Amino acid sequence: MYRINRKEVLAPSVNLFEIKAPAVAEKARPGQFVILRVDSEGERIPLTIADFDREKGAITCVFQEVGKTTRVLGALNEGDSVKDFVGPLGEPSRIEYYGHIVCVGGGVGVAPVYPIARALKEAGNKVTGIIGARTGELVFWEDKMRAACSELRVTTDDGSYAGKGFVTDVLTEVIKESNDIVLCIAIGPLPMMRAVCNLTREYGLKTVVSLNSIMVDGTGMCGSCRVTVGGETKFACVDGPEFDGHQVDFAEMARRALIYKPQEKLSLERYLNESEHQCGCSHRGENNDNRVQK
Amino acid sequence: MDAVIEVKIMTTEYKNKKTLVPNKYDMPVQEPVQRIKNFQEVALGYDEETAAAEAARCLQCKQAPCCRGCPVEVDIPAFIKLAARKDFAGAIKKIKEKNALPAVCGRVCPQENQCEKFCTLGKKHNPVAIGRIERFCADRELHNGAVPQEVAAATGKKVAVVGSGPAGLTCAADLAKLGHKATVFEALHVAGGVLMYGIPEFRLPKAVVQEEVENLKKLGIDIRVNAVVGKLATVDELMEKDGFDAVFIGTGAGLPYFMKIPGENACGVYSANEFLTRTNLMKAYLFPGYDTPIRVGRKVAVLGGGNVAMDSARTALRLGAEESWIVYRRSRVELPARHEEIEHAEEEGVKFRFLTSPTRILYNDDYWVTGMECLRYELGEADDSGRRRPVPIKGSEFVIDVDTVVVAIGQGPNPLVPRTTNGLECSKKGNIIADPETGATSKPGVFAGGDVVSGAATVILAMGAGRKAANSIHAYLSGQTTTNS
Ligand SMILES: Cc1cc2nc3c(=O)[nH]c(=O)nc-3n(C[C@H](O)[C@H](O)[C@H](O)COP(=O)(O)OP(=O)(O)OC[C@H]3O[C@@H](n4cnc5c(N)ncnc54)[C@H](O)[C@@H]3O)c2cc1C
Ligand SMILES: Cc1cc2nc3c(=O)[nH]c(=O)nc-3n(C[C@H](O)[C@H](O)[C@H](O)COP(=O)(O)OP(=O)(O)OC[C@H]3O[C@@H](n4cnc5c(N)ncnc54)[C@H](O)[C@@H]3O)c2cc1C
Ligand code: SF4
Ligand code: SF4
Ligand code: FES
Repeated sequence: MYRINRKEVLAPSVNLFEIKAPAVAEKARPGQFVILRVDSEGERIPLTIADFDREKGAITCVFQEVGKTTRVLGALNEGDSVKDFVGPLGEPSRIEYYGHIVCVGGGVGVAPVYPIARALKEAGNKVTGIIGARTGELVFWEDKMRAACSELRVTTDDGSYAGKGFVTDVLTEVIKESNDIVLCIAIGPLPMMRAVCNLTREYGLKTVVSLNSIMVDGTGMCGSCRVTVGGETKFACVDGPEFDGHQVDFAEMARRALIYKPQEKLSLERYLNESEHQCGCSHRGENNDNRVQK
Repeated sequence: MDAVIEVKIMTTEYKNKKTLVPNKYDMPVQEPVQRIKNFQEVALGYDEETAAAEAARCLQCKQAPCCRGCPVEVDIPAFIKLAARKDFAGAIKKIKEKNALPAVCGRVCPQENQCEKFCTLGKKHNPVAIGRIERFCADRELHNGAVPQEVAAATGKKVAVVGSGPAGLTCAADLAKLGHKATVFEALHVAGGVLMYGIPEFRLPKAVVQEEVENLKKLGIDIRVNAVVGKLATVDELMEKDGFDAVFIGTGAGLPYFMKIPGENACGVYSANEFLTRTNLMKAYLFPGYDTPIRVGRKVAVLGGGNVAMDSARTALRLGAEESWIVYRRSRVELPARHEEIEHAEEEGVKFRFLTSPTRILYNDDYWVTGMECLRYELGEADDSGRRRPVPIKGSEFVIDVDTVVVAIGQGPNPLVPRTTNGLECSKKGNIIADPETGATSKPGVFAGGDVVSGAATVILAMGAGRKAANSIHAYLSGQTTTNS
């Protein structure tokens, strides 16, 4: 069991967990992810490592509640535990001196981009950070990002906080203002990463994205996570999750993300019905294991 | 008492060759119509009487040719003699001297190619059903609680075992018995390797595997799940930093091969590994009670002809497919799967398309599979393996109407450990090179065995390799050899 040392609600439906996993923390590097499973009936879900503390032996993950598993997870509290927690998985980001870099984080993508930006700045790069959210209340980690970057710009789609516009609008500005940008790192929802790549392609600006295809094992054993990059099939969990964004077949990714849509819907509806019924009885039939009964 | 007398009589009778029982006693099975609706075990196992009666068929041959066919050298006549006397506790003790996972082997060993192939009785009649008797003895013990096994005094040596498949588990068990502290590192959240994620519940119930694993833990083996070696510690770090005196690598052959044909990433195309892992390990057949989903359409095509393909095709039916096809490049006689599996698949309604291989997968606007274009083949000259080589017939393209495709054309070794271990020699295909007798690799103190060395093989061969490696690790640690070559 892996204990949740600290929980913080960063924004509506966006939670931060600091989970005790000393062995993982020991090895974790920016760009890598973990896979966790809440309980013995749970699905294995990947979450990016948003921070790590080797001394405390803890890994920080930030996740958005989208479906059943992330909601079950979101209902957990400090002191609760998750059953399984494995990592660090995937290849770490390549941290070296490049020069001037833009790091773009959209939505919860701010969390995974943060340790990368920090490491890049520590490696001597000039880092321009851009964070974007749909609306003001979804903006989080502005301070942390400001500290991790040389310069930070914030935008919201609806203009309710900071500037109004998409991250791509801000990115266009940044590119136009400075002609020394050599690399763009963009992490966020698929449509955002796709839009960023379409934009940077025009400017010939090399762009790295972190792909979140559907995974099972995360060790290269199943091929669930396969993506087409540069015309070749890659396993995002072991060959990535970071890839050259200009080579990624985003259309394929977008369709593969929907494979289990009907099941996800069913699962969520069932969960929501069950959570309405709060008598604390066995929600899961024979295999009840005291999960989330608040 | 009665049983003992009975056996004596039967042995005398055998000598006179009068009342020899020519056929195996049947094992009850779930009827096909019923079993394709559930994931419960197909073969139900002998009862005590039948197990003893089947054991009594054994001639107790002096030379015991059957033993030659068993990769872990179970003393077959000895355990069968005890089983015939209904001394099942004695029988399982005998089996366990050599075989750490008898309830598994009794079920999934390809006995017809191993122990039973060499059985004297098999020359003229049915061989003794060695596997079924083994299974009965093992199940009975699991039921009644295991007899504790003897463990040598602690040597103070620590060995890391990477991977908890049959190779790793056997190696760890043997090391523990020899007094060494074995720590098993497993990437997944449960121990067992293919026994847990690959071989379906209806052939090998996962509860049986876990009970066997629990028994092994009683030997003092420490199993750490969720531990990916190469990502957490590397093999070098295990030895240099964590103080392990030796390492055994049994990481299996878990990397799925694809056909590399157009359309293979379409929604509805699975590797057999994914298909089986979702179903077995993650229990997608119990979705939504379990959270992991799987999608099976009406018509499923499974590419390949081995056990993995049979398991996938049979799993597809149980998940609700109306039609489940095996699409195989060669002809029926070349099917590499076990006969019993092919028969079971046929009984359940799995259909076969021989001499056929896909050229591309067709999909709709939503990127979902809508069909598979195939080419017909004919058999040409024999190749190196002595099998006639399938040759495509030009212009014979046709489309099979399917909406799910499972690719079961083989697996290679996962490169993670080889890639992160200094000085570990591998073959071109990525298999670790190890001495077949000792498991020694090119790296001192590091041993390997099972599928990661041999390529995809069998449970019992992996166990045999684990055992040999344990013995040579013991020799290495005892200072009998200073280097492991
Ligand atoms: C490498 C990687 C890193 C990720 N990092 C983060 C992160 O830091 N924060 C965060 O909020 N989310 C992250 N995700 C996405 C997160 O894994 C999914 O949101 C989560 O699995 C959804 O599960 P659910 O049951 O709540 O939702 P569901 O209703 O099951 O699914 C909602 C959507 O999530 C995706 N999804 C579903 N199951 C999986 C799965 N097993 N693996 C991957 N995606 C799946 C699908 O596209 C699906 O449409 C990451 C994904 C990957 C692959
Ligand atoms: C579907 C299917 C059906 C089969 N049916 C039969 C049958 O009926 N009879 C038979 O005899 N054989 C059968 N086999 C073959 C048999 O299962 C294998 O030959 C056997 O399991 C190999 O054992 P192993 O210990 O070498 O590896 P595996 O069983 O593959 O175990 C390797 C383990 O190592 C773990 N691992 C990998 N990398 C790492 C890492 N870096 N760190 C930590 N852990 C790691 C894996 O997660 C896995 O648990 C079948 C195989 C499959 C796939
Ligand atoms: S372990 Fe396998 S090969 Fe050996 S006796 Fe048992 S069933 Fe036969
Ligand atoms: S060869 Fe057959 S009959 Fe002879 S001892 Fe072995 S199992 Fe018994
Ligand atoms: S998640 Fe299974 S191979 Fe990547």
